Amino acid sequence: MRYLEAGKKHTVRFTLNGRVVEGDGEPRLLLSDFLRQTLGAFGTHVGCEHGSCGACTIQVDGKAVRSCLLYAVQVEGKTLNTVESLATPDGLNDLQAAMQKHHGLQCGFCTPGILMSLTQLRADEPDADEARIRDVLSGHICRCTGYDGIVKAALDVFGKV
Amino acid sequence: MKPPAFEYLAPTSIEAAVAALGGEEAKVLAGGQSLVPMMNFRLLAPSLLVDISRIPGLDDIREDDDGLRIGAMTKHHQVETSHLMQKHFPIVTATMAHVAHLAIRNRGTIGGSLCHGDPAAEWPGLALLLNAQLKTTRRVIPAGDFYEGALATDLADDEILTEIQLPSLAPGTGWGFEEMARRSGDFALAAVGATVHLSGDTVAEARIVAIGAHETPLRLTTAEGLLKDRASIAAVAVAAMDEVSPNSDLHGSADYRRHLVGVLTRRALTAAWERAA
Repeated sequence: MRYLEAGKKHTVRFTLNGRVVEGDGEPRLLLSDFLRQTLGAFGTHVGCEHGSCGACTIQVDGKAVRSCLLYAVQVEGKTLNTVESLATPDGLNDLQAAMQKHHGLQCGFCTPGILMSLTQLRADEPDADEARIRDVLSGHICRCTGYDGIVKAALDVFGKV
Repeated sequence: MKPPAFEYLAPTSIEAAVAALGGEEAKVLAGGQSLVPMMNFRLLAPSLLVDISRIPGLDDIREDDDGLRIGAMTKHHQVETSHLMQKHFPIVTATMAHVAHLAIRNRGTIGGSLCHGDPAAEWPGLALLLNAQLKTTRRVIPAGDFYEGALATDLADDEILTEIQLPSLAPGTGWGFEEMARRSGDFALAAVGATVHLSGDTVAEARIVAIGAHETPLRLTTAEGLLKDRASIAAVAVAAMDEVSPNSDLHGSADYRRHLVGVLTRRALTAAWERAA
């Protein structure tokens, strides 16, 4: 039974984008901060820190989750993927490329989280229609695009164009 | 937006989890989709978190002779995609679409939502509507006896909800669940769930529950009685408005929420009636 004392740093180890990583943090350290500040993985963005904006969405064991609503100590031994897992050695993956093609981003702050949710949607529901895509995107706040380009990019990748 | 310091314990048995609780400052950490934001806001500052996610056997959905048994750590997304749930309780499957967003449903648990007890959350209302029996480490609590007020349950400090038992609905039971929220995934301004079981053209059994319109989920028993007495759905909806005592806040006045309860009752009952065989 793992017991971690308050106010002291403890080692946390998990698989991040295919590599085993570890770092030290107090129990109260949010996973989003652990990723950025402890591991230097800056692809994951931090917005509201209470689960509403969707910017910090990553995947734990293949499911999209808010990294600001997890403590780093909770993911000991788990498999995590962040936006850094998406690109291939040849460059952007198809979803990223579609976002670029359809102007699915402007400032880019919300983009990593959106990509991670859409990545789960594609894996779980490859036949998702526009209504379902919009439903999933409703968990992400984007203040630049009006969502239209993001929806078009997703529809393109889901073969609905 | 950073939580205060706490001790962290991740037991691998329910007995060890119970033993660690009991102090006033300890909290169970399930999916953390309500607890962690409250801690980030510093609305809560428990000194010890007992993370029960490493305890095996708490997150499956099983069928037995009496209905379905759902482990308390089952995620909303698991429920939403469960064939067993779709087959036996399509109202639950349909209602999951109202529970926050994909990433929250992936992580948030049924037991966590029930024990948090937000009066505008879907699970407490569903549990009451479907007469859920809530199994804890000590006893079985009927959903109707579980809530003492907003965010307050009958659970003792060292008692953990382990399983939700949903008794089978009578064959041919119709259902409806209607919710109004400001944005997709927001907490309900108000919502109404209804089940109707017909015998010929009379109502043999009806249950109507409102959420977001009272300090706990509320069964609208006067409205149910009128429906059984062959009142029109419109008349039942008016009675429903008189049974709730909603609050006013930034998002809607008490009058508006009361109005919503009438509209949503009418819609939920109409849907339930059409689905009833």
